[in-house]
Amino acid sequence: MQLLLFNAFNGLIQGVFYALMALGLALILSLNSVINMAHGGFLVIGAYLAYTLSPYLGFWGALIVGPLLAGVIGLAVERGLIRPIYKRSDPLYSLLLTFGLALIIEDLTRTIWGAQGLPLEVPDVINSPVSETYFFITGYRLFVIGITAAAAIGLYLLLRYTLLGIRIRAGTSDLETTAALGVNIYKLRALNFGFGCLFAGLAGVLAAGVLGLTPPMGNSLIMPSFVAIIIGGVGSLFGAVLGGLLIGLAAGIVTTYYPAASEAVIYLMMLIVLAVRPRGLLGEEGLFE
Amino acid sequence: MTRAATIAAMWIALIALPWWLPLIGGYTALGSKVLIYAIATMGLNLVLGFTGGLSFGQAAYFGLGGYGAGMTLKYLVPSTPLAILIGTLVGGLAATILGPLVMRRRGIYFAMITIAIGQLFYFVIVRWNEVTGGEDGLAGFGRQDIHLGNVVIPLTDVNFYYLVLLCFTVAVAVMWTLLQSPLGHTWVAIRENRRRLQFLGVRPERYVWASFAIAGFITAFAGTLNALLFNFTSPQDLHWILSGDFVIMIVLGGMRSFFGPLIGVIIFVVAQDYLSSLTDNWMTFIGLIFVLIVLLFPRGVFGIFDRRAKIA
Amino acid sequence: MQAKVSRRRLVQAGAALAASTLSSPPILTYAQGETPIKIGMHDPLTGTYAAEGESEVRGANMALAEINAKGGMLGRKVQLVVEDDAANAGLASQKATKMIDQDKVSMLMGSVSSATALAVNQVAHGRGVVYMVTGGHTDPVTGSQCHWTTFRICTTTYMLAAGLAGTLYKKFGGKWYFITPDYAFGHTLQESYAKLLKDLGGTVLGNSLSPLGTTDFSSYLIKAEQSKPDVLINLTDGQDLVNCMKQAAQFGLMKKFPIGGGLSELEVLRALPKEARQGWWTLEWWWDQPNTPHVKEWVAAYQKIHTDGTWPSARTWFGYAGLHSLGLGVAKAKSLEPVKVARALEGLELPDEIKLQPNKVYFRPGDHQLMSSEFPGEDLPDGTYPNLFKVADIVAGDKIALSVKDTGCHLDYKA
Repeated sequence: MQLLLFNAFNGLIQGVFYALMALGLALILSLNSVINMAHGGFLVIGAYLAYTLSPYLGFWGALIVGPLLAGVIGLAVERGLIRPIYKRSDPLYSLLLTFGLALIIEDLTRTIWGAQGLPLEVPDVINSPVSETYFFITGYRLFVIGITAAAAIGLYLLLRYTLLGIRIRAGTSDLETTAALGVNIYKLRALNFGFGCLFAGLAGVLAAGVLGLTPPMGNSLIMPSFVAIIIGGVGSLFGAVLGGLLIGLAAGIVTTYYPAASEAVIYLMMLIVLAVRPRGLLGEEGLFE
Repeated sequence: MTRAATIAAMWIALIALPWWLPLIGGYTALGSKVLIYAIATMGLNLVLGFTGGLSFGQAAYFGLGGYGAGMTLKYLVPSTPLAILIGTLVGGLAATILGPLVMRRRGIYFAMITIAIGQLFYFVIVRWNEVTGGEDGLAGFGRQDIHLGNVVIPLTDVNFYYLVLLCFTVAVAVMWTLLQSPLGHTWVAIRENRRRLQFLGVRPERYVWASFAIAGFITAFAGTLNALLFNFTSPQDLHWILSGDFVIMIVLGGMRSFFGPLIGVIIFVVAQDYLSSLTDNWMTFIGLIFVLIVLLFPRGVFGIFDRRAKIA
Repeated sequence: MQAKVSRRRLVQAGAALAASTLSSPPILTYAQGETPIKIGMHDPLTGTYAAEGESEVRGANMALAEINAKGGMLGRKVQLVVEDDAANAGLASQKATKMIDQDKVSMLMGSVSSATALAVNQVAHGRGVVYMVTGGHTDPVTGSQCHWTTFRICTTTYMLAAGLAGTLYKKFGGKWYFITPDYAFGHTLQESYAKLLKDLGGTVLGNSLSPLGTTDFSSYLIKAEQSKPDVLINLTDGQDLVNCMKQAAQFGLMKKFPIGGGLSELEVLRALPKEARQGWWTLEWWWDQPNTPHVKEWVAAYQKIHTDGTWPSARTWFGYAGLHSLGLGVAKAKSLEPVKVARALEGLELPDEIKLQPNKVYFRPGDHQLMSSEFPGEDLPDGTYPNLFKVADIVAGDKIALSVKDTGCHLDYKA
């Protein structure tokens, strides 16, 4: 029983991380209508930049600057590569393009930083368990939860109360009308893509605290995030967070009883959700069909 | 050149491939691989390009075909035709049985439910170590000589290529016939306007199911040949990454044209084979090819050959 | 990087070949004695195992330079063709076929991932080409799936376990919990450990199977902690090992019980932050062997070529010993005939300047497994690269390997 509780709680913590990844992906999917296969690439960019910067800025500085730079690179990529293909009706072209981009990013990362795994040192303050019994609750994991919560709440406030946020939401539900009302949707979409990449970069730095840094590290994290979005419901940012938590929890519970299925269970959940409630738990009907 | 002449030229080139490919720095197995992937992607394109269903888990049926064939040879009977038959049935029936789960979904939901199913098969194969060899893949079987009456055909590399070419021809004939039939026209109608079809009293679900099931059989068929190519198959043959690669090959070549996937496969497989021998940084070049094709060829490479294609 | 040089050379050769194809039939252009002998090497140069693959290629290139400086093989120059297999078994088969058919290589070598070793094992046997496995550890390569064509440099998983089990038992006690990567390498390693532990009189408290490529090890670590073991045996390798140890360190588990494991590597140690660089592991070669002849010179030779501040690892030695073994086999056979080379390699002992370790190192005739040593020892959390590990013992391979009969290998030479 204690093991189950531990694993369930542990799964939730892990779910927070999926949620953070999913938030960025969901932003880009909603407004830019881009299935961003390069999301893992931006994650890696953020992490490696933070690694390079941390000797100069410290961990904390790198944690802020790394993701910001990933966001800036995202802006540039949107401007140069993504913008020309918005008018293609089929999202498959964006998939092919971002897939190519993901290959390029992984390869450039390997060329610049090398294939050898690199350690990102985490400050000692947060690098140990909070209590002896609940050893799996480490300062670092609490920190990740805090950052994710702050990012999610910040995003919520932005979308809810700022002009930019209202425009992003309007664009998500009806892009053409929003454009007709005089909103510069190109700028809007560019900013949104940049935000998404910033989130990816942030997830990257946080991941680098528990994982080794390698050029392909983003690849294995991207699919659970897509699953989180689908389970939570496309078009709902809160859904993405919920989806992330749920798959983490499910994986945690299953691992207690039948560890061999702990990876498969998130796909099984997605299958069931799609079969019973296609738009996801909190999704709106009709989006991306 | 007329269409007929182009296709005739293509077939002559394919038949003569074992002679000319080595001269330009290729090898026969590469030709076989291209054709095998072409069967798989053209099959997938029945769903993707013609019916408009974003199938993103097609590698599952490809891999199931491979494991079906490999395990037949390893555990049941040493017969190449039977291995192909059983593998095709295993993969195809899996797609047929799961079709009803898939057929009602559209767009990204179609993509994700097919990924979900595909990944579940992947995990079964990976975890079922004792039988499938798990992460290390299934080895320890070999394609067997084919017995036609009293004639024994040894499956050397070149002969195996011709077997694959024969299979390719059969698959192409089947798919072409299907697309010319009322069934094929219905698929295109579903892609173009699903709702109008419903108003006309047609239930699109059944046709999507048919499309998904047939595509499953064809990709599984290709999968069996893939396992026989190097007498080896691994869980990577079922993984969503390979499914993604299939979709990308199709988009590269042009998903609205019948032979588009073949062009995409040639670009993808040959460029990867060639570039990765030249430079460690082959991924950058492949990535650049993808990006440039999207930016420069709005309908895939084959789009420029397609007279009906309008540049968007 | 040397790998690039050799491949670029091949491209030039390819261009020359293409040019000569236009003018005259290529086969008649050179006299037989002047054509170089080509050896094909497949290794991951991209993806998760790229660092290990690069080390193996570096080692092979060192051997290549030495062989050519001494007149090549059978008086012919040797060329190394390197192909990226991206640790993908299908791609490895394809590249192996390509090197045999298109590049006309005489022999094959390579592999980091076990799956690629098994796949190429099959291709090489099908073509009757001698294949020197450098870094795929899974037992079937020289066990149930062994072939007359296949030889292996790196040790078996059983040997990895046997090199360390006794030490851990004596030092820390006999209640062990396992975290095992869920594929053949891990399974055989865990079975070997469990058997050795039982023989010593200890008990297995539990075993968590972690899928290859696991990023979150927390649930396995929780189970391990709950079982209150004397030792946590962590059998993961490569990137999985890095991730698992980082998380174990953050959970403070190293303060609760010692962690031991199977295989560790210099590449892994370098990727670990200091707090995670702890525990008892087995390496298969180590750069610091003050009492072994030629090691210091070899390390110096490596650093003369590679000025990027790296030190040679076990992987570097695998590539180096792999190509040299092929060279010695050909020299002994006085032929490139695969059967003759294979027969010559059986029982072949590596000389001091190649084996770079104290014990007798030779290819066992019954299963083609190189009897090289294990280097069990302890991580040094306070060390700096490359002083990250303290070798406790150097165990001779033939003392710990399973008998040929127990490996299940029956070599399939044609009668």
